[in-house]
Amino acid sequence: MPDAIDSPSPAVSPTVPTVRVLTADGRYEPTDAAAEYLSQLDRLSDDDHARFYRDMVIARRFDNEATNLQRQGQLALWPPSNGQEAAQVGSAHAARAQDHIFPSYREHIVGMIRGVDPIDIIRVMRGVSNGGWDPTDAAHGNFHIYTLVLATQALHATGYALGMSLDGVVGTGDPERDAATMVYFGDGASSEGDVSEAFVFAASYQTPQVFFLQNNQWAISVPVSVQSRTPLYLRSSGFGIPGVQVDGNDVLASYAVAAKHLDDARSGHGPSLIEAVTYRMGAHTTSDDPTRYRAGDEEAAWALRDPIARFRIYLQSRGAASAVFDDAETEANDLAADVRTRTLELEPPALEAIFDNVYTEQHPVTDEQRAWLQRYERSLAAPETGAAASEEGVR
Amino acid sequence: MTIEATTPVEAHAARSEERPTSIQTMPMAKALNAGMRQAMRDDPKVLLMGEDIGTLGGVFRVTEGLQAEFGQRRVLDTPLAESGIVGTAIGLAMRGFRPVCEIQFDGFVFPAFDQITTQLAKLTARHAGRISMPVVIRIPYGGHIGAVEHHQESPEAYFAHTPGLRVVSPSTPNDAYWMLRQSIASTDPVIFMEPKSRYWPKGEVDMDAPAVPLHASRVVRTGTDATVLGHGAMVSSLLRAAEIAADEGTSLEVIDLRSISPIDYGPILESVRKTGRLVVAQEAHGFVSVGSEIAATVTEKSFYSLQAPVLRVSGFDAPFPPAKLEGVFLPDADRVLEAVDRVLAY
Repeated sequence: MPDAIDSPSPAVSPTVPTVRVLTADGRYEPTDAAAEYLSQLDRLSDDDHARFYRDMVIARRFDNEATNLQRQGQLALWPPSNGQEAAQVGSAHAARAQDHIFPSYREHIVGMIRGVDPIDIIRVMRGVSNGGWDPTDAAHGNFHIYTLVLATQALHATGYALGMSLDGVVGTGDPERDAATMVYFGDGASSEGDVSEAFVFAASYQTPQVFFLQNNQWAISVPVSVQSRTPLYLRSSGFGIPGVQVDGNDVLASYAVAAKHLDDARSGHGPSLIEAVTYRMGAHTTSDDPTRYRAGDEEAAWALRDPIARFRIYLQSRGAASAVFDDAETEANDLAADVRTRTLELEPPALEAIFDNVYTEQHPVTDEQRAWLQRYERSLAAPETGAAASEEGVR
Repeated sequence: MTIEATTPVEAHAARSEERPTSIQTMPMAKALNAGMRQAMRDDPKVLLMGEDIGTLGGVFRVTEGLQAEFGQRRVLDTPLAESGIVGTAIGLAMRGFRPVCEIQFDGFVFPAFDQITTQLAKLTARHAGRISMPVVIRIPYGGHIGAVEHHQESPEAYFAHTPGLRVVSPSTPNDAYWMLRQSIASTDPVIFMEPKSRYWPKGEVDMDAPAVPLHASRVVRTGTDATVLGHGAMVSSLLRAAEIAADEGTSLEVIDLRSISPIDYGPILESVRKTGRLVVAQEAHGFVSVGSEIAATVTEKSFYSLQAPVLRVSGFDAPFPPAKLEGVFLPDADRVLEAVDRVLAY
């Protein structure tokens, strides 16, 4: 395996049978481990390939724009996905409309592929919403909202998948009906107890579920070697859940593996784990400074495996028209400009939103405090009226 | 256990449509069982999850017979992992189910604390109300059963402190039956604290209609000299204290809090306006407790009615001791009366 990923991490060994279709320099040269997945690629048209390329370019451009917006004080935070585009775009396109996606908080392009408006992601990071989008809106492709307490979403995906089993939408043989969940998490989150408990529950109930682990090598400043001394795809085997490692910088391999495992899950073959080996090219978030903990030569080495450049070379070798690449750039730039315009137009929520939806039913404490805040705000707005904030104080 | 996708789940619902129409006498454990059974008959989306709740019927037998009646797809014996139970229940609720989770003992809820406080409590607000979390978490709690460490605690204040949760605790079989049904019907998550020392004493259950709403507090004995207030198993100690006090010529009004979050202050303030004195009793530690909250609020809202400071009678601010000392650690009627003497001394 001449071009095996040779990260310094002991968790990524050159001897691991990684599924890879495209070499780092864009040649179609599937590894032995890829053999059982190659048929998944047969269904992809030239248009699909162009879409994959376009989505990766959009992901990176959106990332750059959002990072700039944060640097200019327009966002509280931005968690970039720069470098992880292939893992996300490939897996996202593998899901069917009826599947449910449970993201972590870095899967921006996955959400956009499922139909989420990027401005709704911005809303979360600008501090105007804790949720952003409505996952119950069919237009959003069953893409659930982000989770900031890492790994909690793994169990939600397991519970949701269990519900699919109980509802009888697994293994019926109807490709439009059978469904599965796919949960995204990272190498850091894989150490959380909730991932292990999700493995236990998923195995016990044989949930229709794919665990999609993006190993981007770094959990903020801590390398994956501190999270695990074995390749992470082996983590689930002790739970009775098969695992596979894929080159997460290869969009075709990421697509093929996710498509096969989602098919298996929908067909009633239970859960599986995919470890997509990739690299976080930038900071953990805009609050982070990677120069404090990792060497530039590591980033330079990973830059040689860039997922977009690799796929571009491959498409060119297939004779893709230059319009494919030019259109992607244009579309990405248009999207970035639109996001910038709409970000600056976002208004903060109404003060009373603090109390909205804390409970679905009437609640005396939120009612009382909302009323108090309204009186208090009025007293500040018109102090000359002498309006007291409260007759009997706030609790 | 593998859950088969094709097993019919609604068959049980049709089996028994008739409802009991009389008042029945039963212990709280049976009342809870009956409440869950009726909720499951009424709504096929209600399902039970927990450790040992299926074949065994739970370590306290509260779910006895329910798996036999409703099957493994509605009464799930789970792996031994509390975060897994609650996190999976959240996913099921997102799918439209109404899970009722059993935590085996009070001290075992903490592995699920993250899922309860950062997820379950906040998901409705995080989703701007587009989803609800109709999840009930049943927790047998409190002392008086002579058990080993972590089996006799009262962690209700942790949950009452968390916005988005509702927290209730019945003290009688009738309340247990109705409050559990009301909690399962709620579209908000409910932490359902079951006073395990009261599982076995029998009481009358009116199977026809609930007496009061889920979050109502209630005067359970009228009096004039001082008000004593508590929830769960403490209510029986308060009633005992009131009996003793009556023999000594002191008239105590006893209030069953029933709902810990939110707190129904109406009957409490009305009582304090009448008696001018309030003692709040609880098995839980007193520091930053439900009793502390009630004392502060009653002081704010009824300052001019009070003839004495509100006193708290609580479990000591020390880890729950070895069971041979629980009788000293837990407030009893005598400790309540000692506090009553103090408020009457003002």
